[in-house]
Amino acid sequence: MTAYKLVVVSAGLSKPSSTRLLADRLADSTARQLGTDGRPVDVTVVELRDLAVEIANNFVTGFPGAALREAIEAVTEADGLIAVTPIFTASYSGLFKSFFDVIDHDALTGKPVLIAATGGTPRHSLALEHAVRPLFAYLRAVVLPTSVYAATDDWGGTGDGLTDGLPRRIDRAAGELAALLSGRGPAAAPAVPEQVVPFEQQLAALRG
Amino acid sequence: MQFGIFSVGDVTTDPTTGRTPSEHERIKAMVAIARKAEEVGLDVFATGEHHNPPFVPSSPTTMLGYIAAQTDRIILSTSTTLITTNDPVKIAEDFAMLQHLAEGRVDVMMGRGNTGPVYPWFGKDIRQGIPLAIENYALLHELWREEVVDWSGRFRTPLQGFTSTPRPLDDVPPFVWHGSIRSPEIAEQAAYYGDGFFANNIFWPKEHFQKLIDLYRERYAHYGHGTPEQAIVGLGGQVFMRKNSQDAVREFRPYFDNAPVYGHGPSLEEFTEQTPLTVGSPQEVIEKTLTFRETFGDYQRQLFLMDHAGLPLKTVLEQLDLLGEEVVPVLREEFAKGRPAEVPDGPTHAALVADRDRKAAEQAAGTTGGTSDETTDENEKAEVSK
Repeated sequence: MTAYKLVVVSAGLSKPSSTRLLADRLADSTARQLGTDGRPVDVTVVELRDLAVEIANNFVTGFPGAALREAIEAVTEADGLIAVTPIFTASYSGLFKSFFDVIDHDALTGKPVLIAATGGTPRHSLALEHAVRPLFAYLRAVVLPTSVYAATDDWGGTGDGLTDGLPRRIDRAAGELAALLSGRGPAAAPAVPEQVVPFEQQLAALRG
Repeated sequence: MQFGIFSVGDVTTDPTTGRTPSEHERIKAMVAIARKAEEVGLDVFATGEHHNPPFVPSSPTTMLGYIAAQTDRIILSTSTTLITTNDPVKIAEDFAMLQHLAEGRVDVMMGRGNTGPVYPWFGKDIRQGIPLAIENYALLHELWREEVVDWSGRFRTPLQGFTSTPRPLDDVPPFVWHGSIRSPEIAEQAAYYGDGFFANNIFWPKEHFQKLIDLYRERYAHYGHGTPEQAIVGLGGQVFMRKNSQDAVREFRPYFDNAPVYGHGPSLEEFTEQTPLTVGSPQEVIEKTLTFRETFGDYQRQLFLMDHAGLPLKTVLEQLDLLGEEVVPVLREEFAKGRPAEVPDGPTHAALVADRDRKAAEQAAGTTGGTSDETTDENEKAEVSK
């Protein structure tokens, strides 16, 4: 059985970086949730930091060096892509954008893409929706509904009244990717019976 | 096989001295370089066509006509002539005139250029680049072959009973190359007409050009001009040499690092590994150039870029001495080895005239002498059967 080709693009700059950490957790969760159908999962990680000079050179010369060419081929041939960038100045990092600038415009057409980002403050989380999602929409990728933003606080927090904690968001996004890759479709939400207050009780409450 | 040089005609500051030549100096330098190319035994000098600073060669046939008067043997060509923005009627006339003045030592390479704004400068629409290249060349092709042309198309006013003058020398038009770095449409165009295809491979890795040239060869055969191996292929190259490899690298590095096309990007070492650029001894240049045949098959014309990035004229002339004396004689010998007899040589006017005459003679023999030949054959067969 041929393996799922899952490619992770991480634009983190420090080593280790929280961006890579988030990318790895998304990849692990996707592989785990894909694993239920018995088909192996082949994960390739592309660290853009290692390709920074080759990406800049590609702009100057018009062609990719050997390592960059390999990375572009891996992304182009992937069954699914996990793309993770730090949020810099209210958007994806320049390095992240530059990598997708040197890839053919049709290389991602129809490809399932899970987008995720890291940042110092939760206030920038919508950069994923306002910057990263349109980038992949332009490239005609199939961007999953759940994007995952991890602020510094998230690594130790448990979520709030409106949002799940980071681990559940990772699993939800990875589950969507696994479902799309395996053709299973999303798991249907369990039917929750409507809660009704018996009418007599409502009348009684009014009459008090 | 033909060897030569092609010039972009850029005016570039010498990064080692900070000196920028004037346009006048650069134009005269191009002429000196062309004359030197003939002197050291090269076969071809080709000039680019540009209509914006920092480039000088806006009027190639003027320059080539002047060079023609000062040379005897070298073929004068272009790299490229803009088939998109020049009026094909004027190209037909200019190059036919040049062909007469140069006694046939002329061919021409069609291209679309790399400067978008040039289109409006000549009243053309950049979005129509490929259609312009196709329609204009179809007209040019006809103007050189038909005495009286009636023509109408999308991009220029119709022609009625028009004769382009002068007629091509010996009624044989200049050989045409089509240059391209990325468009399969142009490889297809070259194949359709049985013209040459020039891949200026100097700035990119070879894999990209292999596909284009393979396509051209296959389509050349498809259109019945010969086998894929007989298609007429030209390639670029870019070298800087000193007797001693380290001296070449030391001297060329500042020019490389500041070169207009690839400067401030990859290192000299990375670029030489990935593209045809060779910086080293004549022997290294020979070895690298010989690999082109392994990649692209036996080919007809090898042009080197020698005079760019601000290299001073004196250095360029020294480079041409090395190219003509130490590199090309060895390449001629090596490329001749194992070259199949049916692979054609580089195109010349004399060869095209001879080819035309041979075909005409064959046709004449076929139509007027055909019947009697058959009779003879019949008689011979009859003799044998007796």
